[in-house]
Amino acid sequence: MTDAASWTFVCHRDDIVPNTGVCAKVGDAQVAVFRVVAPNGDEGGPENGIFAIDNFDVRSQANVLSRGLIGELSTETGPALVVASPVYKNHLCLKTGRCLEDEAWSVKAWAVTCGDDGAIMVRAS
Amino acid sequence: MKIVVIGNGMVGHKLLEELADVPNLAITVLCEEPRPAYDRVHLSEFFSGKTADDLSLVTPGFFDRANITLKLNAKAVGIDRSAKLVQLEDGETVPYDQLVLATGSYPFVPPVTGRDRNGCLVYRTIEDLEAMTEWGKKSKVGVVVGGGLLGLECAKALKDMGLQTHVVEFAPRLMTVQVDDMGGRLLRRKIEAMGVQVHTGKNTLEITDGAGLGVGGRHAMKFADGSQLQTDMIVFSAGIRPRDELARVAGLIRGERGGILIDNQCKTSDPSIYAIGECALWNGKIFGLVAPGYDMARIVAKQIVAGDAAAAAPQFNGADMSTKLKLLGVDVASIGDAQGSTPGSLTYLFNDDVAGHYKKLVVTADGKLLIGAVLVGEANDYGTLLQMALNGIPLPAQPESLILPSVEGGSKGIGIDMLPATASICSCNNVSKGDLCSAIEGGATSLGALKKCTKAATSCGGCLPLVKQVLDAELKKSGVLVLNHICEHFAHSRQELFHLVKVGGQKTFDDTILAHGKGRGCDVCKPTVASILASCWNEHVLKPKHASVQDTNDYYLANIQKDGTYSVVPRIPGGEITPDKLIVIGQVAKDYGLYTKITGGQRIDLFGARVEQLPEIWGALVAAGFESGHAYGKSLRTVKSCVGSTWCRYGVQDSVTMAIRIEERYRGLRSPHKIKMAVSGCTRECAEAQSKDVGVIATEKGWNLYVAGNGGMKPRHAELLASDVDDETLIKLIDRFLMLYIRTGDRLQRTATWIENLEGGLSYVKKVVIDDSLGLCAELEADMARQVETYECEWKKAITTPETLKRFSHFVNSADTDSNIQFVDERGQIRPKSALEKKLEVAP
Repeated sequence: MTDAASWTFVCHRDDIVPNTGVCAKVGDAQVAVFRVVAPNGDEGGPENGIFAIDNFDVRSQANVLSRGLIGELSTETGPALVVASPVYKNHLCLKTGRCLEDEAWSVKAWAVTCGDDGAIMVRAS
Repeated sequence: MKIVVIGNGMVGHKLLEELADVPNLAITVLCEEPRPAYDRVHLSEFFSGKTADDLSLVTPGFFDRANITLKLNAKAVGIDRSAKLVQLEDGETVPYDQLVLATGSYPFVPPVTGRDRNGCLVYRTIEDLEAMTEWGKKSKVGVVVGGGLLGLECAKALKDMGLQTHVVEFAPRLMTVQVDDMGGRLLRRKIEAMGVQVHTGKNTLEITDGAGLGVGGRHAMKFADGSQLQTDMIVFSAGIRPRDELARVAGLIRGERGGILIDNQCKTSDPSIYAIGECALWNGKIFGLVAPGYDMARIVAKQIVAGDAAAAAPQFNGADMSTKLKLLGVDVASIGDAQGSTPGSLTYLFNDDVAGHYKKLVVTADGKLLIGAVLVGEANDYGTLLQMALNGIPLPAQPESLILPSVEGGSKGIGIDMLPATASICSCNNVSKGDLCSAIEGGATSLGALKKCTKAATSCGGCLPLVKQVLDAELKKSGVLVLNHICEHFAHSRQELFHLVKVGGQKTFDDTILAHGKGRGCDVCKPTVASILASCWNEHVLKPKHASVQDTNDYYLANIQKDGTYSVVPRIPGGEITPDKLIVIGQVAKDYGLYTKITGGQRIDLFGARVEQLPEIWGALVAAGFESGHAYGKSLRTVKSCVGSTWCRYGVQDSVTMAIRIEERYRGLRSPHKIKMAVSGCTRECAEAQSKDVGVIATEKGWNLYVAGNGGMKPRHAELLASDVDDETLIKLIDRFLMLYIRTGDRLQRTATWIENLEGGLSYVKKVVIDDSLGLCAELEADMARQVETYECEWKKAITTPETLKRFSHFVNSADTDSNIQFVDERGQIRPKSALEKKLEVAP
């Protein structure tokens, strides 16, 4: 679980414009890494910070999720942080990778941390 | 006048809201807690993930106003009534002309030996909840002392934390105030079925060391009947007591069992001091619900405003204590005389042990009016029954039909239409049916807007179904159902938001959502706001502060295609292009291996560009004198033209020159949706201008201007706005028309749909942009002039801004390209590989 070798440094927090994503190469995989900041500038707490899911959009079969718009949508289980695929606008939960429109379009969520120095690490798997 | 309010709880804060806009008041608020008012009614939601911020009742900026001073952590310890000073714990004094005590209550902890042991808690403030969370982590078993409303809420919190949960109640049943014996029994059965153990009739004598630490036995509770209960944490929720200690030291009259005595004006025994909410004792009663407290706050606000005429101002006349709750998932409601204690009252009962429903009606001795009710297990009819009881609506011929399960096809109860306009729908915020109706008439045609506008259903939420019924009924009556809110984050149409932003001067999405919306926004409202900001202030869409709200097309200034590559469309104004420029486009396409296609709007579209190639491609195009064609934006796409009088033997005006002039004027203009235009040089109309948003057709005397046409899915012929106008008039009219559309169009609404939905349609537009019926024309022209002046080519800007260039790489941590983008050759050009083709290649 804490094997240091399995964590890959991808970029610094300041490399991501607030409330956008970037695509990181982790091994051979493409990971969409998002930086979520509340409208009041808050970056702490469970609903803000760094999130990572696959960059591959199952629905469009293209590596585009890092380029989607971040948002928050009401769901049956409360508000969910999501990214809208830029191709067909299907919404994927940033925390779990679950697709709100169709489970078949769900993707994988990646373990990600952001250190006090702003270094963002994704856990390879 | 100096007003001091002691306490910033829900009721104290309601008073501040009522007084905030009254002139000439200097209000000081003394708040003992470390944070301003929050929603104690929904306190338990703290456990389901809501934060202190979420629960806050303070609208952003509320305490920034000059007439209100908030002091946090400021505990009042005394009142010098002769000098009219409030003394604080730190020695400071605060002078007042009128003082309001809104000190609330504290949780009652029965005088049991050992009640102050570690892990013995109460349930009242956010700090209490934080303590519960901490102890919950160290505990296996939790006990709630008190089987009332708050106690059961508290039990749910313990259960949700994964503890073995017990409820200990002194009385022989749960919720003694609100339900009767049978209802209490059913409630108990349901709660026990969920794994919460209920112990009624238990008198706790002592709490001592239990059998073992951390394994379910930190404490042992010993009861009067000799039994014991082992537990790790105990939460006392056995009722509340008024916080009246200030009144005691100040010598104000209090009730025998506590509470600050008030009259109908909410005045205490000192006429300069009011008391409101749970600290106040009126007519021998303390009201532990928020609605009566809000009522008192409103009354005191009116008293203060009325000054000498206070006697004529509204007075407090008691309050209805009916309530509807969901406790551990069980619906429980209680109305009026739930216990049937009115002399001569009669009851109707319905009990269904199988489904777990219990319902009781209490009616007057003559059987004509409803005066009370208890509902357990299912309380959908609460709103209807409450209204019948409150408004004295005569019972139907068979009152039992109100609680019997409805038989298929039969209708029961009363229609919302039977309620008089004076019927109070939301008692928390004192909103009548009449208030709702006039708000709906005034345009609050969605539940969100109606709640925002009237505040109905914003406190306990119990009246929400009824509010919805009133809304639906009114909308049905008026025959329209228009839901034009942008999304769940903005309860406004695009037009409303445009005006709010224009007036409010918001320059970023974050400022806009903080001022006019809620939450964080989504992929619907973000681009909409981005478009509004661009239309209002024409700020460059690439600025970092706007970056996160642009659709991918606006973010990358190109059109995304199905494989994640982009297409590039340089502007070719009016469709006129030199051979040299044609060659440049061809060369760029060749250099980068792009697929080229001529578009319907007289442009050349270059497909298959990878994100990292975009800046180089633009660089080559810009160097040759091209600029962005804005094919990616909700903005002017193309102005198509025929060749016109310069070459055509039928042409009567120079359509190409006019098309270029128009295109260069409106390029880059952000709007609710894309805009297409065309200019034809004669009535043969080769440019197909009548299918465009703005179509110009040459006449012998000048130009005819057509508007709001559309091709595409739902073709619409454009309509004639003006005929035979000269060049300058033509431009002025287009300026005004476009700006009016930008201001009032809805999200993703083309001009054709816009004009069809606009009341008055074309004739209204004519009045506004030709006759200047609204006196808006000068403003619309000035807005457009500003847009024209501040235009810049977004591609050029992007390739000269290093900060922006950073986003044009596929990986943040590698220079590699996306290996999933693959092409095959078709008719001498590239096209994306299909999924099948990719699969076949991987297979051995």
